[in-house]
Amino acid sequence: MVSEYTAKPIIIARNVHKWYGHFHALKGINMEVKRGEVIVIFGPSGSGKSTFIRTINRLEEHQEGQIIVDDIELTHDLRNIEAIRMETGMVFQQFNLFPHLTVMQNITLAPIQVRKWDRERAESIARQLLERVGIPEQADKYPGQLSGGQQQRVAIARALAMQPKIMLFDEPTSALDPEMIKEVLDVMIELAKSGMTMLVVTHEMGFAKAVADRMYFFDDGQIVESGTPNEIFSNPKEDRTKLFLSQILSH
Amino acid sequence: MEPSPVLKAPGLLPQRWNPAKWPWWVIVLALAGLAITWLIFTSANYNETFIYLTTGIYTTLRITLFSFVIATILGLLAGLARVSKNVFLYNISTLYVEIVRGVPLVVLLLYIAFALFPVLVEVVTGIGKWGLSLMPANSFFQGMADFTIRVIPMEGRAIIALAFGYGAYEAEVFRAGIQSIGKGQMEAAKSLGMNYFQAMRFIILPQAIRRVLPPLGNDFIACLKDSSLATVLAVPELTQLGRLRRASTFRVLEVFNMVAFLYLSMTLLLSAAVRWLEQRMKILE
Repeated sequence: MVSEYTAKPIIIARNVHKWYGHFHALKGINMEVKRGEVIVIFGPSGSGKSTFIRTINRLEEHQEGQIIVDDIELTHDLRNIEAIRMETGMVFQQFNLFPHLTVMQNITLAPIQVRKWDRERAESIARQLLERVGIPEQADKYPGQLSGGQQQRVAIARALAMQPKIMLFDEPTSALDPEMIKEVLDVMIELAKSGMTMLVVTHEMGFAKAVADRMYFFDDGQIVESGTPNEIFSNPKEDRTKLFLSQILSH
Repeated sequence: MEPSPVLKAPGLLPQRWNPAKWPWWVIVLALAGLAITWLIFTSANYNETFIYLTTGIYTTLRITLFSFVIATILGLLAGLARVSKNVFLYNISTLYVEIVRGVPLVVLLLYIAFALFPVLVEVVTGIGKWGLSLMPANSFFQGMADFTIRVIPMEGRAIIALAFGYGAYEAEVFRAGIQSIGKGQMEAAKSLGMNYFQAMRFIILPQAIRRVLPPLGNDFIACLKDSSLATVLAVPELTQLGRLRRASTFRVLEVFNMVAFLYLSMTLLLSAAVRWLEQRMKILE
């Protein structure tokens, strides 16, 4: 039974389409992600990569096709959406921490209000998570008092506090100063090695080489090419992939 | 941090003695205030006027306080409805805001006091009479049938009318406050599994309310000034008492000097409080 459980994809996207008015943002995306897999999605801006991972927790609505997360299909049913969001953590480019709450309150709010844990349990898990992301001493500060890298690590801890089965990362290092990128990537690499299912939109190719199981190259709302990091880096098949990689790896 | 030694020596700051930068208006205002205060103690005329108007101050403050508390609650609910995706809530709140913003406040007061309340009383007595025809001698329906417009005091009608008007203004203040919070906050809350109600309560409103406190304070001052409109309903607040005093003594200058002085004292005190609040909000941001 265990093998059947692990072999079954936790995320299934079939022929997913999305329009913004007349703009066709996603043109039939197909993807299956198994438990514990780390997926890196990359591509030029406006290619639909962020839009796609935002459809997985329904921050964006898809208009055609099917998305099934952990055996629950995403429809207009609000209970399904909230159930999926409880199991799906998300880390944003702009951190989106709650500025009026302390780091501790940022992390414990959802476990207390949504998971209905008591405060003690939520706080003890929050302390473990702050330890894990390397900033246990910042618990009582407000987000505005932290550096960008520290804020993003709090955001990761906040998402993990809900004990999600899947973590979505939407360009988590793009808003960071260069010297802070590594501290966030180290946390993400540790998380990937711990067996978390991760979908990461990023241009950090070092991260992809280190931990990605598969990579997807998005362009113009479509998946142009996918493969293991080895295949993508050493032997890209499509010209568009080659061109894009040469542009981001040239310096 | 050590204060710099230069700042310790006042002689080194030439702009300190620059009369162009003095707040002359404060000095003029303070002198005028002192003059009227002095007159209250020395002139029998001013003294009597002041004593006569005192109850009007209480009435003015009472009207302002009650109507603004109701207006804030109404405004919060209507503001939430204005940003709601619910078609019914959005339309009814927008209708409310547009009607009130398009009608002069004094007309709204007259309308609610003299048109709306009598109609509501008609409805209540009508239901009472209908009930009595089904169940004669039922004391509850008898009470409704005997209800008359006279038992609703004008001060109460003024409070409801002002609350209704200011509720629409505060609805727009709250709407703007809620919409000023970045989209990412709602997305982060949703991504953690919170529903709309939880996200509003724990994430959006606490931030929005902090931002709208200064405009709410300004509207409270405006509401205090607009409470003078209750004079058209003959509510014995400060303005009405001033008009009565003028009619009985013909001492126009003394009476309206006193009325203006009393309003100014209240509004200036309140705006100092609002400015203090704004400073505190800046520190918290």
